[in-house]
Amino acid sequence: MARLHVEHPGPLTLIQDAGRTGVAHLGVSPSGAFDRAAHARANALVGNDPGAAALEVLLGGLRLRAEGTVLVAVTGARLAIDVDGLPLAPERVIAVPHGSLLTLAPGHAEAAASPRGLRAYLAVAGGLDVPPVLGSRSRDTLGQLGPAPLTAGDVLPIGRDHAASRGESKRPGGAAPSGALPSGAMPTGAMPSSATPLGAVSSGTEGLPTAGTVLEVLPGPRPEEFDPDALARLTRGAYRVTDRADRVAVRLEGEAMATAAVDSRGSEGLVAGAIQIPPSGQPVVFGPDHPLTGGYPVLAVLTDAALGTLAQVTPGERVRFAVVSL
Amino acid sequence: MSSRGVGAVRPFGERALLLDVADSAAARSLAPLVAAAPGVLDVVPGAASLLVRCGDAAAARDLARAWAAEPPRVQDGAAATGREVRIGVRYDGADLAEVGRRTGLGEAGVIAAHTGATYVAAFAGFAPGFVYLEGLPGVLQLPRRHDPRTRVPAGSVAIAAGYTSVYPRSSPGGWHLLGTTTAVLFDPGRDPAALIRPGDTVRFEPLPDPIPDPMPEPRRGEEPA
Repeated sequence: MARLHVEHPGPLTLIQDAGRTGVAHLGVSPSGAFDRAAHARANALVGNDPGAAALEVLLGGLRLRAEGTVLVAVTGARLAIDVDGLPLAPERVIAVPHGSLLTLAPGHAEAAASPRGLRAYLAVAGGLDVPPVLGSRSRDTLGQLGPAPLTAGDVLPIGRDHAASRGESKRPGGAAPSGALPSGAMPTGAMPSSATPLGAVSSGTEGLPTAGTVLEVLPGPRPEEFDPDALARLTRGAYRVTDRADRVAVRLEGEAMATAAVDSRGSEGLVAGAIQIPPSGQPVVFGPDHPLTGGYPVLAVLTDAALGTLAQVTPGERVRFAVVSL
Repeated sequence: MSSRGVGAVRPFGERALLLDVADSAAARSLAPLVAAAPGVLDVVPGAASLLVRCGDAAAARDLARAWAAEPPRVQDGAAATGREVRIGVRYDGADLAEVGRRTGLGEAGVIAAHTGATYVAAFAGFAPGFVYLEGLPGVLQLPRRHDPRTRVPAGSVAIAAGYTSVYPRSSPGGWHLLGTTTAVLFDPGRDPAALIRPGDTVRFEPLPDPIPDPMPEPRRGEEPA
């Protein structure tokens, strides 16, 4: 049975899957991977179901030792990936031989000057087989549920829950990015131990922020709670991402929004991506570990794609909002 | 018995809908019906709304169309679970004396009013296992504390505005603390994980004796000089 030994966790490495459903009556939020597209892409590369448990690696600094040969793929924020010192490309399948050290270091040599994201996703063929809590292997940082953040000395069991181990070929229409293993090549023992060298094709920059990152939003559920020009004000200027930004919420600074009448309807359910305007007038954008319910008015809601972008914005960076319609 | 339904169906992002309803009881009544609709992942009852989370945008659009044409309706009275939860409380909270002064009831009067009422678990939120309990007597309805505490002990029984509740674990909080309970409000290893669920009836009962403190008193010699 292959496993991964955590030699160093970095600043914050969490186990995340597609999140919890059906537990709202217990007061439990969805949680799950912040950048869902990057998480699903990493899983697809190693042949897992899109919602399999993988690592959400904040800022790099992660060192893992393989017990048994392990297939991994890293997506999302651009980190310097290497196996025993050999640099490797993101968005590709990497075979980590038994006893080798896989390192995800902060930053990428070619990209040191520009922000290249906060959260990388490391999927392991077979998925991480830690015990689920309320039906999910996601860490909920607000609810303090699910697997604890990684610490040095942790041993991560690897499951068998991927398509190849069930004898399935790629699902029809399933996105198999270039660089994914050909179907049928999956059994771990059959993989060559040489990893994909850096310099091979590396595309997959979708969802990563550039300067002046634009976040597309849909109008909030109760537009009547705000002045008619509130959405126009939201989209007019740039907002700075403060350092109060985590999986619960990303707090922004900029032109203060006129606040709406607070709590007129009492608390109601929230979704990830909801942009709440508290009395300060400075927008708060909720992440996957948001409070289940909230009382302040929601002016707009990020699209799913913009929520993935939000997962990658760095404190100090500037974001702008653009209203779209579906 | 009249039937009640949805006032408006509002998109909430790409994959969720917010249904306006009359009150929290209507939200709870509708929850099982709505949760059974195709493509629905989860429902979150609120004070006067019901959030519906769908698996994808297409499911949310289809439901919005269907419910705009024919809103879901349920019978009044369908909200209650029929369960009653009794919670033993030691009325030793840090704000008991102040609440007694501000309400004019005194400490004993606050305890009598709090234990004399029957509460309905309205909706969850704030933390796993935290449920807003409706039915707080009007005389006890004070706004939240002006300065929220950075740490409220786990098991604190508290009141604010029209609600009472129990903090499942230590957390920041702005409610007035009346007492403490040893009841375990949330345990993810237990089924069900939450002691109180929306629709339950809840009563608080004063515990006659102080709860034994498992922490030993500090010895005098360890105090700073």
